Amino acid sequence: MTNSVHDMGGMHGFGPVEPEPNEPVFHERWEARVRAMQRGLGATGLWTLDGFRAAQEDLPALTYLASSYYERWFRALERQAVKHGLVGDDEIAAGRSLRPGIRLNRKLTLEDAKANRSGRYDRPARAPARFKEGERVRTRNLNPETHTRLPRYARDKAGIIEAIRGVHVFPDSSAIGAGDNPQWLYTVVFSARELWGEEADPTVSVSIEAFEPYLAPG
Amino acid sequence: MAADDHHPHDHDHGSELSEMQLRVRALETILTEKGYVDPAALDQIVENVETRIGPHIGARIVARAWVDPEFKRRLLEDATEAANTMAGFDPVAAHLIAVENTPQTHHLVVCTLCSCYPSSVLGLPPVWYKSAPYRSRAVIDPKGVLAEFGVKLPPEAEIRVWDSTAETRFLVVPMRPAGTEGWSEEQLAALVTRDSMIGTGPAKSPEEVKR
Repeated sequence: MTNSVHDMGGMHGFGPVEPEPNEPVFHERWEARVRAMQRGLGATGLWTLDGFRAAQEDLPALTYLASSYYERWFRALERQAVKHGLVGDDEIAAGRSLRPGIRLNRKLTLEDAKANRSGRYDRPARAPARFKEGERVRTRNLNPETHTRLPRYARDKAGIIEAIRGVHVFPDSSAIGAGDNPQWLYTVVFSARELWGEEADPTVSVSIEAFEPYLAPG
Repeated sequence: MAADDHHPHDHDHGSELSEMQLRVRALETILTEKGYVDPAALDQIVENVETRIGPHIGARIVARAWVDPEFKRRLLEDATEAANTMAGFDPVAAHLIAVENTPQTHHLVVCTLCSCYPSSVLGLPPVWYKSAPYRSRAVIDPKGVLAEFGVKLPPEAEIRVWDSTAETRFLVVPMRPAGTEGWSEEQLAALVTRDSMIGTGPAKSPEEVKR
C-alpha cells in the first residue's frame, strides 16, 4: 500500500537515532535464516524484490511498527509463501510439510549462493528520456493503493533533474506482478524549503530517485 | 499469528525471541521438506553477508580514491565500474553511485521507505539505519540527526540528503583527514568508518587510530 506507515520521511515522534556500538551482523540466528530464506524464495521468481517490499508495506500498520526489521521480513515472507501457493496455512500451523511441494522453474543453488551476485535492474531504453539534466520538473500527486517509490513528502513538489540514471525496472509495476515495465530514472533534487516550508534550513537539499511516470514538466 | 494469542501476558523480550526462533525454524523445515530451498545454499547466503561483504570493502575503495586522483575521477563517474577494477572482493552491485564530501557539501544517505543501502560495499545496514527515527528524520532534520552522531558542520556548509528510493545505491567518500600525507592505502583504509561512508560521521583522525 502506498500511504502506509513505511513511508516515514518527515514524520515526527519516533525519538532519537540510537546507534549500537560494535553491532553484530545479526542479533539472533533466526534473523540470518529469515534473510537467507528470503533470498532463496526470491530466486524462484514467483515474486520480485518490489513485491517483497509491498508485502511488508501491506502488513497491518500496528504490526509494521511493533515488529523488528527481520520480524517484518518473516511475516512478509510467510504471507508471500502462502499467497503464491508454496505453503498452506495448515502447514504453517502444523510446523511441517503436509503435502509435496509445487514444481518450481528456478531455485537458488549452492553455486548461485557462492557466486554472490546481485541482481540488475537496468534495462534497454525503448524511448528517449523525456527530461534532461538541469530541467525543472514537478513531481505528480500520486496516491495509488498499490506499491510506489514516490515518497509522500516529495509529491507535488518542484525540483530539478540533477542526473539521468538510465532505464530501470519500474517498482510500481514489478511489485504487482505487472512485469518490468522499464522507465527512465532520474535523480531529482529539492530544496528543503520546497519540501518543508519557508522555515526550513536553506543549506539543506534532498534528492529522490524518481521514475519518469512520477514527473511532470515544472 | 495464533501462537501469539496463547501468551498475551508473556511478552517479555526473551519469550518473544524464542517464539520467533520456533516459527522461523518451522518455516525453514517446511520449505526444505518441500524441496524449495537447499539449506546449504542458505548457509552460504548467511556466510556471504557475515564474512564476504562489509565496510572493509568500501574503506578500500575510499582509500584508493584518496591516493589516486584518476581512480577517484572514475569512481565519481561510474562507481560500479571503478570498484570492480579492484581485486579481492565480489563484484559490487550495479548502479553504485559515489558522492564526495567536501568542506562545502556534506552528503548523507537514507532510505525513508525501507532499508536500501550499498550492501555490496558496506555490508548489511546497521539497525539504526533501518529504524523509524533515522528514516523519518534524516530528510526533515538532517542537522539534528548529524548532531546526534556528534557531527557538527560549519554553518555555511550545505547538506545534501540522498533518499535511496530506487535500486541506485550511494557511497559517500568522506574527506581525507589532515595529517595523513604519505600514508599507504592500507593505512588510510583503517581510518574509513562505515558511518563516514553513510555520511553520519567523519573518517577517523590519525590520533584515533594511534590510540
